[in-house]
Amino acid sequence: MARVLMKGNEAIAEAALKAGAEGYFCYPITPQSEVAEYLAKRMDEVGGLFLQGESELAVANMLFGAASTGKRVFTTSSSPGISLMQEAISYMAGAQLPCVIVNIMRGGPGLGGILPAQSDYFQSVKGGGHGDYRLLVLAPSTIQESVDLMMLAFHLADKYRNPVMMIGDGMIGQMMEPVEFPDHYEEPELPEKSWVATGAVGRKPHVIKSLFLDPYMLEKNSWELHEKYDQMKKEEVRYELYKVSAKNKIMIVSYGTTARICQTAIDQLEKEGISVGMFRPITLFPFPEPQIHKEAIKKNINDVLVVEMSTAQMMEDVEKAVLGKKPVNFFGRTGGVVPAPEEVKEQIMMLIEKQKKTKAKKKA
Amino acid sequence: MDQQNQTIFARPDAMTETVTHYCPGCTHGIIHRLVAEALDDLGVRENTLGVAPVGCSVLIYNYFDTDFLEAPHGRAPALATGFKRMRPDMVVFTYQGDGDLASIGMSEIIHAANRGEKFTTIFVNNTIYGMTGGQMAPTTLPGQVTTTCPAGRDVSRTGYPIRMVELLAALATPAYLQRVSVHTPQHIIQAKKAVRKAFEYQLEDRGFSLIELLSTCPTNWGMTPSEASKWLAENLLPYYPLGCYKDFDKAEGDK
Repeated sequence: MARVLMKGNEAIAEAALKAGAEGYFCYPITPQSEVAEYLAKRMDEVGGLFLQGESELAVANMLFGAASTGKRVFTTSSSPGISLMQEAISYMAGAQLPCVIVNIMRGGPGLGGILPAQSDYFQSVKGGGHGDYRLLVLAPSTIQESVDLMMLAFHLADKYRNPVMMIGDGMIGQMMEPVEFPDHYEEPELPEKSWVATGAVGRKPHVIKSLFLDPYMLEKNSWELHEKYDQMKKEEVRYELYKVSAKNKIMIVSYGTTARICQTAIDQLEKEGISVGMFRPITLFPFPEPQIHKEAIKKNINDVLVVEMSTAQMMEDVEKAVLGKKPVNFFGRTGGVVPAPEEVKEQIMMLIEKQKKTKAKKKA
Repeated sequence: MDQQNQTIFARPDAMTETVTHYCPGCTHGIIHRLVAEALDDLGVRENTLGVAPVGCSVLIYNYFDTDFLEAPHGRAPALATGFKRMRPDMVVFTYQGDGDLASIGMSEIIHAANRGEKFTTIFVNNTIYGMTGGQMAPTTLPGQVTTTCPAGRDVSRTGYPIRMVELLAALATPAYLQRVSVHTPQHIIQAKKAVRKAFEYQLEDRGFSLIELLSTCPTNWGMTPSEASKWLAENLLPYYPLGCYKDFDKAEGDK
C-alpha cells in the first residue's frame, strides 16, 4: 500500500483493523477522541463493532466480555480514563484474556492537563491495578512505529493471553506523518484459542475468571502468570540504538517522542563535534535491562542521561539496569511541557563540563 | 419405561450435580433452578453464556452447565454487553444481587438497559449484602436492622430503598421488566413464567429484559427460613409491589 499522510490517532485505529480487530469500545477523552471518531465510521465499513460506553469503567469491562469470545478487541483512552480502566485490566490479566489498550498520555496527576506527557510510566509498567501481574508495554516514537506496534500488540496479546498496552504521549495521537500499511498483516502462527467462551457444546463449560478462593490455586495462577512475564523478558525485549559508538562519552536513555527530541539534540551536537549516543527502549515491559547495562558499562561511557516527560519514572528502571556502575543523570519536563532540543543539549554540555572537572581533579 | 417408573421431576440439564454453598433456607437455589429450567425448556443450554456477580452467587458458575464469566463487582452488565455484541447469536444472562446491581453496578445496569442490550438480567433482591455478612444495601427497608445500620435503616441519613424495576421502567428502551417473588410455591410458579418470558424476549431479539426476584436471607435477617418467608410477605411486598412494569408489546405505543 502507498504511503499516506495520517494523524496518529487515525493511523492507530486503521492499524488495529489491519491486525484483524473486530471490536472497539470507547469513551471520549482528549487527546485521543479521533480514534473513536474514525472508527465510528470505519467499523461499519469493515463489519466490526463500534460501541461508545457510559464510562471508562464500563468500557474496560465491555472489553473483558468481548475478549472472552476470542475475537481481537481493543480500546483507547488517555491517562484519567486509563486510571478508571485499571479494575478490568487487573481482572483480565488474572483471567488471562488478550486485548489491546492504547493510552495517549496527558499530564497528571488528577485531571492534570491535556498536553503530552509520559507520566503514566509507573501505572503502565508496574501493574496499575491490584495484584501480581504485568502488562506488555509498547512505546512508539513515530506514527509509522505506532502502526507497526499496534499490529504487533494484537499478536503479542494472543501469544501471551495477556492485555498489551501501547503508550504514546499526546504528540503521537495528534501529529501527522506519512505512514505505510501492509496489505496483509503477516504474523507467526498462534495456537488455537481453546479457552474461549463459545457455548458448552459437547464439552465441559469454560469459566473465565480471576477468582481462586483456594490460596494454593491462586498462588499457582500467580506463578503461571509470572512464567509468562519471564518468557516476555526472554523473547520480547525491543529497543533501538541511535548513533551509539566508541566515541560516545554520554549515553542518553529516552523513549517515545522524547527520544526524537533527543535525536535532534544528538544530531546538532554531532555537527559541533560532540559525540552522544542514545538507547531507546521500545518495550517498557519487558524493560531492556541487561541491554542497557551492557551499553552503559562500556569504557567510553562516563555518564548516562535519562530524558523523559515525567519527574523521573523510567529513571528508576535505568538506575536498576546500570546497577551503580555509572552515574545516572536525569532531565525531565512534565505537566504537558515538552523539552526543547536546546535544553537537552544544555544538559549534555553540563555533563561534559562536569566530566572535564572530574578529569582535571584526578590529574591534580 | 413403564408407567409406574416414569421420571416426572429431575435436575435440569443446565445445572451440574455440584452441591451449592448456600445457607439453609436461602432462595438462590430456587432461582438458579428457575433459570436452568428456562434454558432447558428453550433448548439453549449449549448456546448460553452466564455472567456471575460478586456476592453470594459469585460461585454460580459451579452450578450451571454453561459457559460463564466471573465479573468484577457490579460490572456484569458491561461484560454481558461486550460479549453479546460480539456474539449476538448466543444467549447471555447476568445474575446479580441487590448490592451488586443497585449500588456499585447502578451505572452499568442503567446504561445497558437504556442501550437495549439484548441480554437478560436475573436480579435477586434480598435487601442486604449477604456474602460480606449482612450490611445495609440500597434496597434495605426503612428500619431494617443490618450490621451497618444496627439501629435500623434511618432514611433521614441514608434515603429510601431504591425500587429498581420502577427506576428502569422510566427508560424508554427496555423490553421487559417484571418483579416477582419466590417465598411461596404459587409465587415460584409465577416467577418461573416471568424468567422464561425474559429469555424468550431475548431469543426474539426484542431487547433488554430484567426480572427482579424478591428473595430471603434467613442467615443475615436472623430468622428461620419460614419466618423469613413470612417477613418477606409482610414487609417486602408492600414496598416492592409485584407485577410487570414494562412489556415491549404494550410499551411500543408509548415510545
